[in-house]
Amino acid sequence: MSEKNKSDMLRAPFKLEYDYERSTGPIIGKFFEGLSNQQILGTKNGDNVYVPAAEFDPITYEHLSEFVELPETGTVKSFTWIDQPRKHHLINKPFAFALIQIDGATSSILHMITNCNESDIEVGSRVKVSWSEEKTETIKDISHFELINE
Amino acid sequence: MKDIYIIAYAQNPILADAKAANEVELIMPVVHEVFRQTGLSQKDIDFTCSGSCDYLQGAAFAFVEGLSAIQTNPPIKESHVEMDAAWALYECMLKISSGDTESALIYGFGRSSPGNLDSIISLQTDPYYLSPLWVDRISYAALQANTLLQHGTISHDEMYDAIVESMEFAKSNPNALVSNAPSKEEYVAEQKLSTPLNKFDVAPVSDGASAMIICTKDFAKNLNLDHVKINQVCHNIESSNIGTRDLSTSTSLLDLSTKLNLTNLSVDIAELHSQYSHEIVFLKKLLGLDNTSVNASGGPLSGNVMMAAGLDCIGKTYEYLKSKDVTNGLAHATSGPCLQQNMLLHMERVK
Amino acid sequence: MSEEKKDHFISPISLDYNYTAGAATTRFLKKVSEGKIVGQKCPKCTAVYVPPRGSCPRCGVATEEEVELVDKGSVESFTIVHIPIPGNPIVPPYVCAMIRLEGANISFLHLIQEIDLKDIRIGMRVEAVWKDKSEWDTTLENIKWFKPSGGDDIDPSEYRFKGPE
Repeated sequence: MSEKNKSDMLRAPFKLEYDYERSTGPIIGKFFEGLSNQQILGTKNGDNVYVPAAEFDPITYEHLSEFVELPETGTVKSFTWIDQPRKHHLINKPFAFALIQIDGATSSILHMITNCNESDIEVGSRVKVSWSEEKTETIKDISHFELINE
Repeated sequence: MKDIYIIAYAQNPILADAKAANEVELIMPVVHEVFRQTGLSQKDIDFTCSGSCDYLQGAAFAFVEGLSAIQTNPPIKESHVEMDAAWALYECMLKISSGDTESALIYGFGRSSPGNLDSIISLQTDPYYLSPLWVDRISYAALQANTLLQHGTISHDEMYDAIVESMEFAKSNPNALVSNAPSKEEYVAEQKLSTPLNKFDVAPVSDGASAMIICTKDFAKNLNLDHVKINQVCHNIESSNIGTRDLSTSTSLLDLSTKLNLTNLSVDIAELHSQYSHEIVFLKKLLGLDNTSVNASGGPLSGNVMMAAGLDCIGKTYEYLKSKDVTNGLAHATSGPCLQQNMLLHMERVK
Repeated sequence: MSEEKKDHFISPISLDYNYTAGAATTRFLKKVSEGKIVGQKCPKCTAVYVPPRGSCPRCGVATEEEVELVDKGSVESFTIVHIPIPGNPIVPPYVCAMIRLEGANISFLHLIQEIDLKDIRIGMRVEAVWKDKSEWDTTLENIKWFKPSGGDDIDPSEYRFKGPE
């Protein structure tokens, strides 16, 4: 095929949209319900506490059902700074995706940090939940995290 | 497990945008090429399995359309994985091991150009806690890169050197999509996408297809193509709950390298499915490949066809073992964020 | 669980694509924009495909030779749609049919109109009703629908592929 033919190739923009309905179940459902009440709940297995709430222990595979309430503060374990947000990102100003260990938890939650400069964040930085005004009983009830001084 | 041999492999030149090609037009040339290499036809093949992801090009059931590229009359035994074709190869190996088939055709294809790859890949993550936040693939990788930098496992200089080395290798790979390395100044000045990664650290969005034929020892011997044997293969996956994983290492790959007894193997060449510069540095160290020629094809940084790139690592290892006077090859395929799922193959040139 | 308790959420996925038709379909649609229907013929088994995908799935080979077809054919199969489909402007009941053009070895889906629903049957001869030429574009929608063209029905056994002469 000639180069000319290649450039003549027909193209059409098209949008693929689905509204998936996700069942939450007793563990994730309770975690989301907690978020809508501005509560951070974790599931507990011995010394391990998982936030966001895990249905199964990712190490021992045991079914988890014991909940504990934790504070809305935590520590940055890792982060990546995005100076220019890209398509689909929920925050349209500079922000970080970060793994945050909520105080009292043994796992991390992946969420966003904003309203700060890149140079302000480091591993070990202390952060606090900033709640969404409108609650939807989803992970987005946490709008993002913000740095705190302690 | 039965002895399984790779007897053919073909890859299309990797393109940034395969405008002209629908699924069929991408797959047909590589399938015809592996048949040409072996003198076989579809009728000689007992089982066919492909790997692809319909979300990439946004065409539902594109893998069914892809079947038009191969001869399906009389009807064939066929399967498909919504994964990299390395896992299609694995299914074929199981099929051969079970004694059900003697030979298998594998193909993988992907067109990432029509959609937004970064967003699409985020849909493979947890739909409750992760995908609603649209964490893109580069940001996931960046979280691991930062963890590795923080732990002192890797350095920025090593990441840059890995890019330069990959691009140098890519210059002798006719199928490579990119083969130009930035200068150190350009690299440092480049806008970060998600710190610490800029566009040079990330494998390019690519379109393409690859195919392979594997078979039993007897089948290969009859064709006088019994040169490269898959000695061992193993794969495993870590939790999809990323907050419970230790990103400073890879428990998955450490487990696999123990299973392969990698420390006692003198690996001559390795092709790693490393889609980011830091992954090259990290995997070389983790797998102890200091004295091994790694990603001599240029690796995924020189072209990374989603759903075929893992199979390409296996195929490139096969090509080197076949043509060079070396014995042991290691191939790696991965899937999921931060090397969540991995496959390692030990391949051997049989004298 | 009490009634107020939410046990699910809606997770909207929206993705934008720039779809490529591919070489074979592009050639086909460009001919359609000129009011012509051009299929492709398999060099091995001689089957004629319309619309073409660039290959013969029977033989696994590329189809290069182009064959111009008439816009007349027959109904290989059909269904009468009674259910309104969201986003579809056509008012039920209407006929969706697999149309086999004369000289083609596969059929494609299109509408049949200008017909009493009780008359529709397999083997019935139909012809294309084109939109006004000024509205033609690179789409099979240039054909508004097919309508009965009269003449003797096709014997359904004729639809079976008989291979090269």
